[in-house]
Amino acid sequence: MITELGHFALLLAFTVALMQATIPLIGTRLNHNGMMNFGRTAASAQFVLVAASFLALVNAFVTSDFSLRVVTLNSHSLKPLIYKVSGTWGNHEGSMLLWVLILALFGACAAWFGSNLTHRFRATALAVQGAIGVAFLGFIIFTSNPFLRLVVPPFDGQDLNPLLQDPGLAFHPPFLYLGYVGLSMAFSFAVAALIQGRVDAAWARWVRPWTLAAWTFLTIGIALGSWWAYYELGWGGFWFWDPVENASFMPWLLAAALLHSSVVVEKRESLKSWTILLAIMAFGFSLLGTFIVRSGVLTSVHAFANDPERGVVILGILFFFVGGALTLFAVRAPHLQSQGVFNVISRETALVLNNILLAVSAFVVFVGTIWPLIAEILFDRTLSVGPPFFNIAFTPLMILLGFALPLGSVLPWKRGQLGKSMRQMKLPLVFALALAGLVWAMQTGRSLQAPIGLFLGAWLVSGAVTDLVMRLGQERDITRLLRLPRADWGKAVAHSGLGITMLAIAALLAWEKEDIRVVKVGETWTVGNYQLTLKDVRSERVANYQATVADVALMQNKKLITIMQPEKRFYPVAKMPTTEAGIDYRFLRDVYIVLGDAQENGGWTVRSYIKPFANWIWAGSILMAFGGFLSLSDRRLRTAPTGRKSGPRHAVRTISAE
Amino acid sequence: MKHLIVIIFVLFATAVMAVEPHETLSDRKLEERARDISKGLRCPVCQNESIDESSAEIAADLRVLVRERLVAGDSNQEVVDFMVTRYGEFVLLKPSAFGVNILLWAITPLMLLIALVIGALFIRAHSALPGKIQDEGLSDAEKAELEKLLKS
Repeated sequence: MITELGHFALLLAFTVALMQATIPLIGTRLNHNGMMNFGRTAASAQFVLVAASFLALVNAFVTSDFSLRVVTLNSHSLKPLIYKVSGTWGNHEGSMLLWVLILALFGACAAWFGSNLTHRFRATALAVQGAIGVAFLGFIIFTSNPFLRLVVPPFDGQDLNPLLQDPGLAFHPPFLYLGYVGLSMAFSFAVAALIQGRVDAAWARWVRPWTLAAWTFLTIGIALGSWWAYYELGWGGFWFWDPVENASFMPWLLAAALLHSSVVVEKRESLKSWTILLAIMAFGFSLLGTFIVRSGVLTSVHAFANDPERGVVILGILFFFVGGALTLFAVRAPHLQSQGVFNVISRETALVLNNILLAVSAFVVFVGTIWPLIAEILFDRTLSVGPPFFNIAFTPLMILLGFALPLGSVLPWKRGQLGKSMRQMKLPLVFALALAGLVWAMQTGRSLQAPIGLFLGAWLVSGAVTDLVMRLGQERDITRLLRLPRADWGKAVAHSGLGITMLAIAALLAWEKEDIRVVKVGETWTVGNYQLTLKDVRSERVANYQATVADVALMQNKKLITIMQPEKRFYPVAKMPTTEAGIDYRFLRDVYIVLGDAQENGGWTVRSYIKPFANWIWAGSILMAFGGFLSLSDRRLRTAPTGRKSGPRHAVRTISAE
Repeated sequence: MKHLIVIIFVLFATAVMAVEPHETLSDRKLEERARDISKGLRCPVCQNESIDESSAEIAADLRVLVRERLVAGDSNQEVVDFMVTRYGEFVLLKPSAFGVNILLWAITPLMLLIALVIGALFIRAHSALPGKIQDEGLSDAEKAELEKLLKS
């Protein structure tokens, strides 16, 4: 019964979305207030309906209703509750429903909190958002309906892919979708601005928080996914340049670019048409990501819903929205006048450089990702583009970005002096160079990887600190730090986070130690400065899997640090083995142990790794996301811009009171 | 969906273990080279894994093969070439730089150059020479509005 209600709500949501996509737009033409306002009602209603439908599906998973096709294929009655819930989006149909739920949520947020938008603009943006809803609700209903029943329900389900039965991955998709789909807001705003033919500081001030939120969630989603790969896949890799990973990374890069260019639009009324283009492309790449993940056109290690036919539909949706928006852009963009004039040496130039580097790196990832497809179709060459290509093609751009960032972030708007800003940043530069030199001297004969990484990390973090300290003014009044706008703190924290992640990746890749061997119970071996002893291997039966667990004592200088428990699991329903690495997380390094197969002579294959600075990769990502939230909490983003006459008066007063 | 589970099964079933201890060479230099080479070779039956990471049977065979060639005295390039003649260009995770692939390898410098030129043109169009930016002052209309605001 609940399932039928959910199905019905989904169909209703589709109808409501159809109305949301059309009626407000007609309203803006006829100047009819009621019709324009209908967009808000429809957006709320659409959200409530999709939410009801989604909850109905969750309910089916939690109660293990095996008369539903998706539940049978992706769940099992013995599965722990949390994975019954997360199983809802651990499959194509359910994850599309989550996708649309988040889309509707963003639309509803614009309806609920967008009171500082003009009537006409909000109606247009909500109509565009509604149109995206129509496309994807239609896609779900006609090609991937999660509410299909089975004629003969089985006694039990076929279980969720065991690799997905993990806390890190349970919450990875929701965050990723919050990011992907959040960019739809920037897209809708961009298209609405093109339809209205107006882009100004106020527009940028509306777009920024949405983009910032999307970027922040995307950061968390990507970090969770990469962390999961690190501890779950069994060899401690954290990034594989896999098409599916690239699919989430490209929107992230473009969202980061959009974030920065919208600052220029807001503060300086420049870079307008570029910013609009970025907003279109960022969401375009989100759709492209959805297409890549779900079509199976590009083979990938974790594509989980391969179906070429569905892929074609998504490709159609992609072409319709991005093509439409770009056409609109081609017609309207020439009329968008940028006003701000600035010197060659200025924050504007620095942000243009930021955008160049981020956009080019997104493009490089894009070309590398689809190159096998191009080569096969156009040149009849079956080839692969793997990590070695991306490492060579992508890394230099990030190094350039890291070099330029701290300096660019202290250049003043409009006109700056390179010499002056250089002098301000002398201390961090010297510090970072000294650190890199020290590392270089200590590791003679090795690659430049670690010194460059450490330089960038130190340069970005100390640069961000210097930027804050400079805000203290002449009298070095510490209390001023607390009064700084949250956005300034957000900037410093996020930039530091980027530096820490860069440092960690370089240090991990340069200094990682690996050891593979066969050990018998009782045997001791040495990796780096650590002694490891295999104490015991035993079998256990847990919930829905069988486990082989080893006890490995980790010692340093004959002192016991901890007992680690690497595990091998076997899921009988899915007939799939997985590994749970034993990881000893410490500040400066992880010790990472994987238990392998039993050998004929009674030993076990054991892989041990020392991974320096591994935690810092995700600590840096968390800092980036935290910086995003800090910025997002800045009151300036929530109040109406001063320059806008139609803005509510009280908002103007709040700002002038600051 | 069953099809999908099979795919994932093939992918991950044995992916847990990559290089096995008994495959490795006792000569450390040679072993290091073997690891380097295998990290750049794609496992022919896997979706997107190098033979160093994969533990499909064929990946294990190829790892042993790489080591055999090295022991026989091949250079790294010779080993890679040997694999390409057997399995095709597909096994190269680092695409070769001939033919249309030159474009792929040139993409970073090329795009960067194009973007920098566009950026420079944009900046030139919107920038002023030092000293040219002055306070443009307020227009008469703006002055009137300011007056009005100050009075209110």
